[in-house]
Amino acid sequence: MNTSINQDINQNNQQQSLFRSRDPLHLTIGLLFITTILVTIGNLIFAESSAFHVSDYTVSLLGKYLCYALLALAVDLVWGYCGILSLGHGAFFTLGGYAMGMYLMRQIGDRGVYGNPDLPDFMVFLNWTELPWFWAGSNSVIWMVCMVFLGPGLLAFIFGSLAFRSRVSGVYLSIMTQAMTYALMLAFFRNEMGFGGNNGLTDFKEIFGFSLQSPSTKLGLFIATAIALALAYCACHFIVKSKMGRVVTAIRDSESRVRFVGYKPEHYKVWIFVVSAMLAGLAGALYVPQVGIINPGEFSPLNSIEMVIWVAVGGRNSLYGAIIGAIIVSYAKTRFTAIMPEAWLFALGGLFVLVTLLLPKGIAGLLPSIKQKFANTADSVEAKS
Amino acid sequence: MHRIYLLLLLIFISGQSAALQPDSDTQSNSQLSGLLNQLPKTKLRKMAPLIEKISQTKQPQTRAILQFMLDGELYYLRANKQVVHAQSTENNLYELTDVLTQESLTPVKKSRLSKVKTNNRLRSTLRNILAKIDLTDDDKQIRLQAVQQLLSSPSKQSAAIITELIDDETDQDVRALMATTLALQQLKSGSSDEKLIALEQLSGSLEPTVKNEIVSLLENLPNKDLTAEQQILKSQLTNALDEIDNRASFYSAIETVFFGLSLGSVLLLAAIGLAITFGVMGVINMAHGEMIMLGAYTTYVIQLAFPSMIEYSLLIAVPAAFLVSGFVGILIERGVIRFLKGRPLETLLATFGISLVLQQLVRTIFSPLNRQVVSPEWMSGSWQINPIFSLTYNRLYIILFSIFVFVSLLMILKKTSLGLHVRAVSQNRDMARALSIKSDWVDAITFGLGSGIAGVAGVVLSQLTNVGPNLGQAYIIDSFLVVVFGGVGNLWGTLVAAMSLGLTNKFLEPLTGSVLANIIVLVGLVLFIQKRPKGLFPQKGRSAD
Repeated sequence: MNTSINQDINQNNQQQSLFRSRDPLHLTIGLLFITTILVTIGNLIFAESSAFHVSDYTVSLLGKYLCYALLALAVDLVWGYCGILSLGHGAFFTLGGYAMGMYLMRQIGDRGVYGNPDLPDFMVFLNWTELPWFWAGSNSVIWMVCMVFLGPGLLAFIFGSLAFRSRVSGVYLSIMTQAMTYALMLAFFRNEMGFGGNNGLTDFKEIFGFSLQSPSTKLGLFIATAIALALAYCACHFIVKSKMGRVVTAIRDSESRVRFVGYKPEHYKVWIFVVSAMLAGLAGALYVPQVGIINPGEFSPLNSIEMVIWVAVGGRNSLYGAIIGAIIVSYAKTRFTAIMPEAWLFALGGLFVLVTLLLPKGIAGLLPSIKQKFANTADSVEAKS
Repeated sequence: MHRIYLLLLLIFISGQSAALQPDSDTQSNSQLSGLLNQLPKTKLRKMAPLIEKISQTKQPQTRAILQFMLDGELYYLRANKQVVHAQSTENNLYELTDVLTQESLTPVKKSRLSKVKTNNRLRSTLRNILAKIDLTDDDKQIRLQAVQQLLSSPSKQSAAIITELIDDETDQDVRALMATTLALQQLKSGSSDEKLIALEQLSGSLEPTVKNEIVSLLENLPNKDLTAEQQILKSQLTNALDEIDNRASFYSAIETVFFGLSLGSVLLLAAIGLAITFGVMGVINMAHGEMIMLGAYTTYVIQLAFPSMIEYSLLIAVPAAFLVSGFVGILIERGVIRFLKGRPLETLLATFGISLVLQQLVRTIFSPLNRQVVSPEWMSGSWQINPIFSLTYNRLYIILFSIFVFVSLLMILKKTSLGLHVRAVSQNRDMARALSIKSDWVDAITFGLGSGIAGVAGVVLSQLTNVGPNLGQAYIIDSFLVVVFGGVGNLWGTLVAAMSLGLTNKFLEPLTGSVLANIIVLVGLVLFIQKRPKGLFPQKGRSAD
């Protein structure tokens, strides 16, 4: 009797540890895969009248949510695992978006309002005669892909190495990241910056030769986003589980001890910050063709704060929590803004307060305790019998 | 206003006295009405002497009548030749006022009226007469304005008038301006020698007309083949212009300093509440900007509630805003922040949530549109120090007020028992509690104090910018940077930081434009904090960490 219970517990523990270390990865990737397949089938095979039909609008919307999920993953990586609360991830996201937007802008060619084959409309409007130097390579896909990662990465590297070397941390760092995105917003609002000023970049026609209006392109973008999210998830999982990731987690828990042991925390911090910024840039790049516009409003500090609340709601100690949080909160936002727009900020604000007060570990933090309860009841039932 | 009261009084007196005895006043009054009756009949050629006579009656209505005539608003009724002031209104009717008694008459159609005729020559005579009346007015401001008027359009006649009156002028300022006008006239049309003398007098004058005149004279000089006389004149003109430009740039630098200080004091007001909650208590309150916004809306509500007391509304609003924002602040502290002690990042998020809720609350109650807050009369206008340099009263008051708030806050922290407790709790909470200080109570009151001061800042901001739901957001980042830049927990640091940020911003602005100046300051601050994370004046000693 006694031994059997012990065995049972052992088994249970093994199962649980199995559950914890592996299943989130497989489960998340699997769910993502299944969703993608289902949406594709629903969109392509079922007729519009069918109950299983997934409209093009929904596909775009889901694509947008997945972009947010990718972004939340990036925020979670620095906040949940390294304790850096960045209120400026919107800046990296938007920079990635602008890199993609510039490429898309050049793809318009002479189909713009002014019909200029080289210059985007807003430059013609400003009476510019040639492309500014930083637009030089924007016609090529390779340049675009490089910029999507390099732009945010470089900004994160400069900002991070300055900040982490002088040991700016905690709230100070949060406020400085917020100031960074605020300054970028002000800068990008200026016409002289050469990024379309107030209106940003819009009126895109096609991507890699596919029309952005066509449903198949939208579906393709959705699938691409899903794949990117899956890959990013794997990468983050790998990073977190790697030796480096463990050092990073240790820095979150006690930076000075890590330093005393002989590591250089600032190097690890910069590294994880740059990786996170690149992921955010990727999310931005995937986001822009799906919504069709990028403007400086995306830099606004409120957006960056919203990203943080996704992660806080989902649970910042787990990668899948970030994804859950992003999707739930974004869905709530879509519903709320459609039904009663005024209530959204109330809800969002209330969410901030309630989650921090009552649910510090987020939704993902609830799962283990629920599981524990189940296990306990199961145990007691078994013990009784 | 003054004049109308005086006028009414005079009319009243004259009406009373007319019944009793025919004194000199009524005499000239009847003389005026006699002259006015001649107006419709007189031919244009004989109008000038008549006007001269009218002007000599020196009745309170005289000036207005002549002004109406100059503006072409003086008419007479065809039926009874009564002289009236007429103004066209909608539906083709003319609103009439009797020029002597100020009585309103029933509006009539245009066909029943005839204009009192004038021509260009008459108009210029009228102008001169009006100028003369104004120049001999008892009010100094009116005299100054009249000279100003003449200065902007100098002519021989105006010079003649001024020469006639300058010796009787008692006021220093008016006299100086009159002399400038005369010199300008001399510079314009005098001989070369006179021009040189005039130049000497005008050199360093800051009147824009003088500068324009010198520039145009310089341009009119031939480029080559100058006579000796012209050469001297040219070098003198250039010297005078340099002198003027030097003085102008000196004053514009002072003006920039003034603007910088006023921006700095706005930043100071916005940040100083934060310097208490964030700096002294160590609590991150992202809803600080919304406390400012609540203060601004309190001002708006008070002006709505007491529309008759706009002049005093600010005086009421300052304590009211302090109470409203302070109360909300205490609610936040008791309701949320105290549960998050020692978790700064969570505090940041929770208070950010509160800020969103407050914004939306205001949006729902007051609509998302900006609300207009009226400036009381004593806040508007400016203190004209010289023609190109003036300090606006609202900015001046704001600088003074922010210094007042700063000093009183400093006094509260340094001299009162509350301040002592606040400092004790912020330095060593456990020890303070052991010495029977109610730390919870101190926390709440301190937070209320910081929030209340933010509310007071809102009253001030309502005078400068639009009052809308986003008012607070615009200041939150700046406020945090000011506090961090100055050094956390150091009120003097906050003062220095706010002022230097304001000055930097305003000195950069002409070079780069305001948006870029903002960005440069932001980036500079971020870099500075990298270099010195503890700010300009870091706390020293054991309480530093």
